[in-house]
Amino acid sequence: MGQRIDVNHENIYYGDFLAVEDVNINIEPNKVTAFIGPSGCGKSTVLRTLDRMHELIPGAHVEGEVLLEGKNLYDKDVDPVSVRRDVGMVFQRPNPFPTMSIRENVLAGVRLNNKHLSKSDADDLVEWALRGANLWNEVKDRLDNPGIGLSGGQQQRLCIARAVAVHPQVVLMDEPCSALDPISTLAVEDLINELKDDYTIVIVTHNMQQAARIADFTAFFNLKAVGEPGHLEYFADTTTMFNNPQNEEAERYISGRFG
Amino acid sequence: MSSQDTPVMQPAGGKTADKVFKGIAYACGILILVVLAAVFLFLFFRAWPLIGGDQSANSATISSFTGGKTNSFWGYVLPLLFGTVLVSILALLIAFFISIGIALFISHYAPKKIATGLSYVVDLLAAIPSVIYGLWGGLILVPAIYPFWNWVATYLGWIPLFAGPAANPQRTVATVAVVLAVMVLPIITSMSRDIFLQTPTLQQEAAYGLGATKWEMIKLAVIPFGKSGIVSASMLALGRALGETMAVLMILSPGLTYSIKLLQASQNQTIAANIAAQYPEANDLGVSTLIGTGLILFLITFVVNYAARKITEKASV
Amino acid sequence: MAEATKKKNLDGAPVIDFDKFRPTRSSENSRKRKDLFMTGLIGLAFVIACIPLVSVLWTTIVNGLKRLNLNFLSYNMTGVVGGNPTPSGGYGGVVHAIIGTLEITGGAMVISIPIGIMCAVYLVEYAHGGKLAMTISLLVDVMSGIPSIVAGLFAFSMFTIVFGPGTINGIEGSVALSLLMLPTVVKSCEEMLKIVPNDLREASLALGVTKQRTITKIVLRTALPGIVSGCILAIARVIGETAPLLMTAGYISSTNVNLFSGQMTTLPVFVYQEYSKLNANCPVHATSACVPTIPMERAWAAALVLIIIVLVLNLIGRLVAKVFAVKTER
Repeated sequence: MGQRIDVNHENIYYGDFLAVEDVNINIEPNKVTAFIGPSGCGKSTVLRTLDRMHELIPGAHVEGEVLLEGKNLYDKDVDPVSVRRDVGMVFQRPNPFPTMSIRENVLAGVRLNNKHLSKSDADDLVEWALRGANLWNEVKDRLDNPGIGLSGGQQQRLCIARAVAVHPQVVLMDEPCSALDPISTLAVEDLINELKDDYTIVIVTHNMQQAARIADFTAFFNLKAVGEPGHLEYFADTTTMFNNPQNEEAERYISGRFG
Repeated sequence: MSSQDTPVMQPAGGKTADKVFKGIAYACGILILVVLAAVFLFLFFRAWPLIGGDQSANSATISSFTGGKTNSFWGYVLPLLFGTVLVSILALLIAFFISIGIALFISHYAPKKIATGLSYVVDLLAAIPSVIYGLWGGLILVPAIYPFWNWVATYLGWIPLFAGPAANPQRTVATVAVVLAVMVLPIITSMSRDIFLQTPTLQQEAAYGLGATKWEMIKLAVIPFGKSGIVSASMLALGRALGETMAVLMILSPGLTYSIKLLQASQNQTIAANIAAQYPEANDLGVSTLIGTGLILFLITFVVNYAARKITEKASV
Repeated sequence: MAEATKKKNLDGAPVIDFDKFRPTRSSENSRKRKDLFMTGLIGLAFVIACIPLVSVLWTTIVNGLKRLNLNFLSYNMTGVVGGNPTPSGGYGGVVHAIIGTLEITGGAMVISIPIGIMCAVYLVEYAHGGKLAMTISLLVDVMSGIPSIVAGLFAFSMFTIVFGPGTINGIEGSVALSLLMLPTVVKSCEEMLKIVPNDLREASLALGVTKQRTITKIVLRTALPGIVSGCILAIARVIGETAPLLMTAGYISSTNVNLFSGQMTTLPVFVYQEYSKLNANCPVHATSACVPTIPMERAWAAALVLIIIVLVLNLIGRLVAKVFAVKTER
């Protein structure tokens, strides 16, 4: 089952530079929440703080709290590695491990964590994850082929299968369709719709139609000027956001007047 | 899969392994510094008797090395240093223009298919062990090059460098320099080739657009772009030549003078070859003396290489 | 005065006679000649470079084949007296030198490859271009220029200070060689780790995999063919080293398989020692089976063996990089 995330008074810094200012947002469990906004507004940055991936950049740090089902991810006793097991992530460009077969890619998260899997458990997990990612029928006969040999859309669904195979509660997606063609995009969007039964999904997208199609809630991020910190401008359910936004900036953005 | 539903952030395994691994990686990084310091310190300790030991014993050792010519360390090491630098500079001079020519040939003249083949040829030159160059130089080149050097000594003998009569066999500085030139050639060639290939196409096209011939284009665009690369490659090559042992040891008939008569035998010797030559018969103090000369060689090559790398570092920023 | 008479347009811009700037035919021709001349010179430079390479390879092959046979490869130098044949019908051999070369180089591998890889891991994965890392990276470069004889002196000094004077054994040679090998290993591994796409690190970390396992199982695994290739080329570089082994590993004519005790002969040192013997003694009344030039012939044959080993290693190194390269681009 998905878990809820509550972000309270979050400031994100790169070194001394304040990149994103005072974000407060409640992400509902088992819903799709989309982050939209002009480039440079910090939407991907905020997404990455939800599983502490931003810490890979030297100097990046966070003030405030991010509560996953009430537990602060930034408490001193929390290990970022274990956070990432509960909060999975899918990236902009599909990135299957080039040295691994399709099957090994799916099992990567579990295997790399040194969990021993029996053959039958592994087979079950592979089938379950690939079915979950709508990929099983396309690849079931060639599980031992390299994952890198699939098409872009298949690779991205493989990456989703890989992410769900470690059984996270939340799946973060950072513009997962931006490197894909329209048909593959549609396949991934369908998948996202099904995944929300089991996971909480947060997706960053630069494509407003996509947000309108798949999201239950939409957060609009904005920045006052280049060099100023980004901030959460407006947060609403998707219908309101796209039909009757109660925020001037959001309305201007959605009607295509900037960004 | 398993229905462990809300295991919020169970402690992760492998944390210790993570820390140990990181520690090892750091240690190995720092080890580089330690090793370089250790090279200096061990050589220094082993050479200590030269400074802190019995000076009369030192003098006796050195005078036995030199056949009574000198009994001070500097009187011993300076001619060696002179010989080392002389041979290396000569080798560099010979190799420099040829290397640049080959590099240009590979980067701008040869068709692409041939160019890759040529690059392999240059790499092959670099792969051949120095002892084989020594063997080849001593047994093949020395007799083969004598007529040429003899001709040079006869007709260009009025230049002090080429003062005759040319020694036969030609176990001389001139021949050694030729062999060393062959050995350092791949270093200069491959580095300058790489940098020539990086010349921005736009600059090259701009030169062509002004109606420049190929050579003028190279002078206008390629050489200025590659200048610092060429300089640093040459210094690396110099560093290599300064430290080369076997080719010198197997070809040169040694001497301990400040002579620049390149075509005569028994004029100069290099530090590295001298260490290898004297080492087997040296007593304990003798070994200390040789290690002292090795320490000087180490410091010189260190400085040359450091300067070369600094130049590349600046150029690449 | 020319200034005053210069024609001016109405707007004051000077009138230019462009014919003046037009290149004359002779200058055109001289430029063309110069271009042709430089093309010739550059071509010539290449031909000159080929001469020594062809000559070295050719003479080594021709002279080496004379004595390179099974007997040469299966006996050592014990029982070889002057130019006389040994009871086995040969004139001594290099089996002891081949064993020595393999063991000493193997020792150098065991020392320098793990350290080199971990140092590269530190530089690429942990250091993030800090000041210390920049210094280390620069010093690795500088280290690759250390003369081989200095490496030999270092190993010699270290072993005589630590284990007492007169220590000569195979592992001492390995230490000397690993000092020469280390910078090459670090540099090539560093290059290989740098070209592993960051995507893969992120993908692995996002699965909740620890950094150590990400590095060992994803990053190093992806870079493996390049690393193997770099290490093989590094081995090829040090396997022909002579000078440092003269003083650290010594020279004997019998086979010694113990890396940690006693002198050991390697192929390059064997070549040098045979070369320094110049001629072998043949008694006046000796039969024609006694060959006075046998040391040189042995030197050539050993040189051929060495060159074959080095070239094969180079070939393997390059093939490994090409054939097993992990395709990371889609």
